[in-house]
Amino acid sequence: MAGVAVSTTINGDTVEYLCQPDETLLDVLRDRLGLTGAKEGCGTGDCGACSIILDDRLVCSCLVLGAEAEGRHVETIEGMAHGDSLHPLQQKFLEHAALQCGICTPGFLIAAKDLLAKNPDPTEEEIRFGLAGNLCRCTGYDKIVRAVQDAASVMKGA
Amino acid sequence: MNFDPRYSGRSFTSVGTRPIRPDGVDKVTGRARYGADFNMAGQLVGRVLRSPHAHAKIRKIDTSKAEKLAGVKAVITAADLPDLTDGDAAMYDILDNCMARTKALYDGHAVAAVAAVDARTARQALKLIEVDYEVLPHVVDVDEAMKHTAPLLNDAIFTEGLEEKPVKPSNVTKRTQYGHGDIHEGFGQADFVVERSFKTEQTHQGYIEPHACVASVSSDGTADLWVCTQGHFVYRQHCAQLLGMEASKLRVTSSEIGGGFGGKTHVWAEPVALALSRKAGRPVKLVMTRDEVFRASGPTSATSIDVRIGARKDGTITAAEATLRYSCGPYAGMWAEIGAMTAFACYKLDNVRTVGYEVLVNRPKTAAYRAPSAPMAAFAVESAVDELAKEIGMDPVEFRIRNAAQEGTRSSYGPVYGPIGIGPTLEAAKNHPHMKAPLGKNQGRGMACGFWFNFGGQTCTDLNIGMDGSVSLAVGTVDVGGSRASLSLVAAEELGIDYGQVKAVVADTSSLGYNDMTDGSRGTFSSSMATISAARNAIKTLRDRAAQTWDIPIDDVVWEKGHAIAKGEKYGNLAALSLKEIAAASGKTGGPIAGHSELVADGAGVSFATHICDIEVDPETGSTRVLRYTVVQDAGKAVHPTYVEGQYQGGAAQGIGWALNEEYIYGKDGRLQNPGFLDYRIPVCSDLPMIDTQILEIPNPNHPYGVRGVGETSIVPPLAAIANAVSNAVGVRMTHIPMSPPRILAAIEAER
Amino acid sequence: MRYIRPLSIEDAAGLLAGSTGTAAILAGGSDLLVRMKGGFIEPDLIVDIKAIEGLGEIRETAEGFSIGAAVPCAVLGESKVLKKAWPGVVEAANLIGSKQVQGRCTIVGNLCNASPAADSVPALVAAGAKAVVVGPGGKRTIAVEAVPTGPGKTSLAKGEIVEAILLDKRPPRSGDAYLRFIPRTEMDIAVVSAGVNLTLDEQGRVKSARLALGAVAPTVILVEAAAEVLIGSRLDEATLERLAKVCSGACRPIDDKRGTVEFRRKVAGVLAKRAATTAYKRAGGK
Repeated sequence: MAGVAVSTTINGDTVEYLCQPDETLLDVLRDRLGLTGAKEGCGTGDCGACSIILDDRLVCSCLVLGAEAEGRHVETIEGMAHGDSLHPLQQKFLEHAALQCGICTPGFLIAAKDLLAKNPDPTEEEIRFGLAGNLCRCTGYDKIVRAVQDAASVMKGA
Repeated sequence: MNFDPRYSGRSFTSVGTRPIRPDGVDKVTGRARYGADFNMAGQLVGRVLRSPHAHAKIRKIDTSKAEKLAGVKAVITAADLPDLTDGDAAMYDILDNCMARTKALYDGHAVAAVAAVDARTARQALKLIEVDYEVLPHVVDVDEAMKHTAPLLNDAIFTEGLEEKPVKPSNVTKRTQYGHGDIHEGFGQADFVVERSFKTEQTHQGYIEPHACVASVSSDGTADLWVCTQGHFVYRQHCAQLLGMEASKLRVTSSEIGGGFGGKTHVWAEPVALALSRKAGRPVKLVMTRDEVFRASGPTSATSIDVRIGARKDGTITAAEATLRYSCGPYAGMWAEIGAMTAFACYKLDNVRTVGYEVLVNRPKTAAYRAPSAPMAAFAVESAVDELAKEIGMDPVEFRIRNAAQEGTRSSYGPVYGPIGIGPTLEAAKNHPHMKAPLGKNQGRGMACGFWFNFGGQTCTDLNIGMDGSVSLAVGTVDVGGSRASLSLVAAEELGIDYGQVKAVVADTSSLGYNDMTDGSRGTFSSSMATISAARNAIKTLRDRAAQTWDIPIDDVVWEKGHAIAKGEKYGNLAALSLKEIAAASGKTGGPIAGHSELVADGAGVSFATHICDIEVDPETGSTRVLRYTVVQDAGKAVHPTYVEGQYQGGAAQGIGWALNEEYIYGKDGRLQNPGFLDYRIPVCSDLPMIDTQILEIPNPNHPYGVRGVGETSIVPPLAAIANAVSNAVGVRMTHIPMSPPRILAAIEAER
Repeated sequence: MRYIRPLSIEDAAGLLAGSTGTAAILAGGSDLLVRMKGGFIEPDLIVDIKAIEGLGEIRETAEGFSIGAAVPCAVLGESKVLKKAWPGVVEAANLIGSKQVQGRCTIVGNLCNASPAADSVPALVAAGAKAVVVGPGGKRTIAVEAVPTGPGKTSLAKGEIVEAILLDKRPPRSGDAYLRFIPRTEMDIAVVSAGVNLTLDEQGRVKSARLALGAVAPTVILVEAAAEVLIGSRLDEATLERLAKVCSGACRPIDDKRGTVEFRRKVAGVLAKRAATTAYKRAGGK
């Protein structure tokens, strides 16, 4: 099987890698590039733990081939904070204890970032449906929704 | 060690506040390392071959073709995991579950495993392993398995606990009985009797992180295991025993854990990964797929329960009995027994009897799931209690308040209760605005109570004070949902310093003495007790160092608000010494300052909760919507109230999923039909409302701060609370969990 | 295994036609990668069609709309003109999977995956949508319902690709709607579904109608008897009851992990009533 040479942009940096044609972008990020923030909870697009943003679209990286990233822009959880200053969503997740085990947290933060980019002032219902592709088994979602609401109001004010 | 665990009423500075958790930033930046986030040089990929049959004799396994495939470094079968269990039946079952020995006992049962240079090669190798199966008849339903005609899973099993020793083998491994009084007499006094039968389907803990580990066995017989687990010390014991290693030569490090809920208290893949590494001579990473998680790990019991309760016209329960049948998977368990113990624990009963039957079926080995066995028993009992209240014409809350257990009540499972929270949670629920809110068309309100024992157990903790006065706390109970924050609060409270000065870590098995695992809601209860004890030992050393510095007797030095203070007027000119000052001088006063603690945390206070929920049902489709949900629970003392709320909300959400949609669905062939998050339907964000919580604090007399476990009880009432709400909404008693739309619609249609 | 990203539809068709072994078309990948993960398919060739010019576009033409095979469903929801003309088709497309899946999945993929429970297909069938098929033999345009022939099976020949979906321009007083039943509020596969497309006359009577049901037979079914019930009516109570009965009767469902025969029959009728009511309102009916 011939490897595919890929040149792409991840969190603003140019990255080149060689991957197998059937290798998912999630596997490339985790196993080849050491970016283990995106998690594999299911591998079938049902849990959202591997969420990333690909050219301004929220996607599950388990449902994207590594080869497809050629020439595109990838944003992962590792690129969400600026230096040592957390993104408002990250800060609000901490303040509201919107995580217990934390395995779903990177996916939720990426999905919430995408949600607020497209809808800066979402209702509770819009948040709940907007994040329905991300499973959390610990929190019952209550504190996650509150953290996103709070982050939205902070970001609007900024 | 003279540690007094008794509760003393006191005011708190740190405990009860809500700071940000110490592991938080790593978890919001993707830096935290979970089971699958760790790698070693030269690491191989492990994969497991699993039985496609529910029940089959393994005639022969031919691994020769797989072994010859380029890139394959080890292939193992049960032959590579010889039986070293030495008559320990429970360990033998664990061994057999890790790798089937003579029979595959469920769809998904491991039969062989490979380690190869990459995932593709490992997958190919699995296809080259030839297993010669003799397919046997199977049984997956708990009631079917109890019939005399059912296929036997194990012909060496004769039911224990019967008056007469059985002559024929059975799928029922054990009968247990609890209770007191005379139920016949009790039912004789009853004006009303409700008798109902219930069923619940099997569910999975549904943690988002699949089981994952990296095992590295060296040729000198030492080994390292990195693993997501709720109990790395227990994993060490089990792995060492199964592989014939000395426990101290196996260092187990618990990774961050992506959810467990009881499902990560049992070894599955870890002994296999170690055996592969031993054979290959290289580290092996073994990560389950989601399909494997559903087919081969978890799940909880499926149950069939009969309940009968009688009461007088005035609302006093005179007798209660239940027969509980719980599936155990293919190995003996004590799941029905726990159900039998918890079923009537909320009530003050003169005459009560519960009987449990443990039943073998061709499903995965039942594992603990958050207050294991209690939610199903509560569903049956609390549904019948609602029915009985209705028959008598009493408000269901009033009926429960009238019969609630209280301090001094002999519980249905034996012990006499100390101060407990069932009455207060019911009173709080009765007075909650939720109870009075109006309901619309097709809407129903339900409420239910729940009980869980809680557990204490063996605990070992180290508290080390650095020369800069910062404190590192090494605990051995895995942090599943914020306990490092809670334990840091407790250390700060006891030492009288800022929360920010404390950093808690979960130590590996070589750095600390044995700890039982984080189960039974014991993490914060037991480790806080050990932390208090360790801190008090450290304080003793701190006082001693201050005494040395001042050259006065240690008995004249007291510890207050983070300072050593010379007691009495004669020392009036001595300025208090801060922890920081004493620590800075420690090199000259006797060396490092630390406090250690090893204890058995007895006296976990029992826990009670009352839940209220409103449900709307679409009568044309059977579709449900949870409109409002309220949890009232006793925490003893909420150390970090935000994380206590989180436990209440999370347990309620899991219970809602169980009540409405989650279930294992088997085909006629005994294969699991829905081993994925697409068709095993755990609640998504848009399925749930905000979940309101009310924390009650009835101090546990057996903990210095009054702490009780809070993690599990919240999953106990939801099945019943929702069943009562749905039943009230549609006017038909729902007796089968989950109440999926087809079941609700069928119940409505049957009534029409 | 090879991964190729051709730049023209002819090259893509040529690659598929000339392939030996298993070849797969990759657009959104939300079905293909799941099947690869589960080991159900191990393609020797993956043809990624997203670099082909025009396939990522929604075009408004004199006849209506042409939706390229690589347009993610999320983009359909962002197209105001399409949403205005065909709200039922767009709401169906936007129900597939999660927001994450929406960013990738396509209606052509949904059609060619040939699941009887595909969300967008009943809406497309009701809409009278057509599929533009390109292959070694040239280009042909067929009704969308002619594409799937059974679960996982299509009428497409080796080397054929559905290039686009065509939707007609709307006559006045037209409306469409799609409803599905799922146990949760999101993320599930349809247990039953119904797509309805209506045009009214000036008096508010149904002039023409198409109704399709999903997940109640091996393929999505167009229920012609339902159209007959609707035509000429103002969707009064009696018509809706007859509609439900006809739709329930048209079902040939199975018992499976997602629902029972009885449930599917009953709910197919319920959804048909509700979807027809919404479509009627959208068409301006009162």
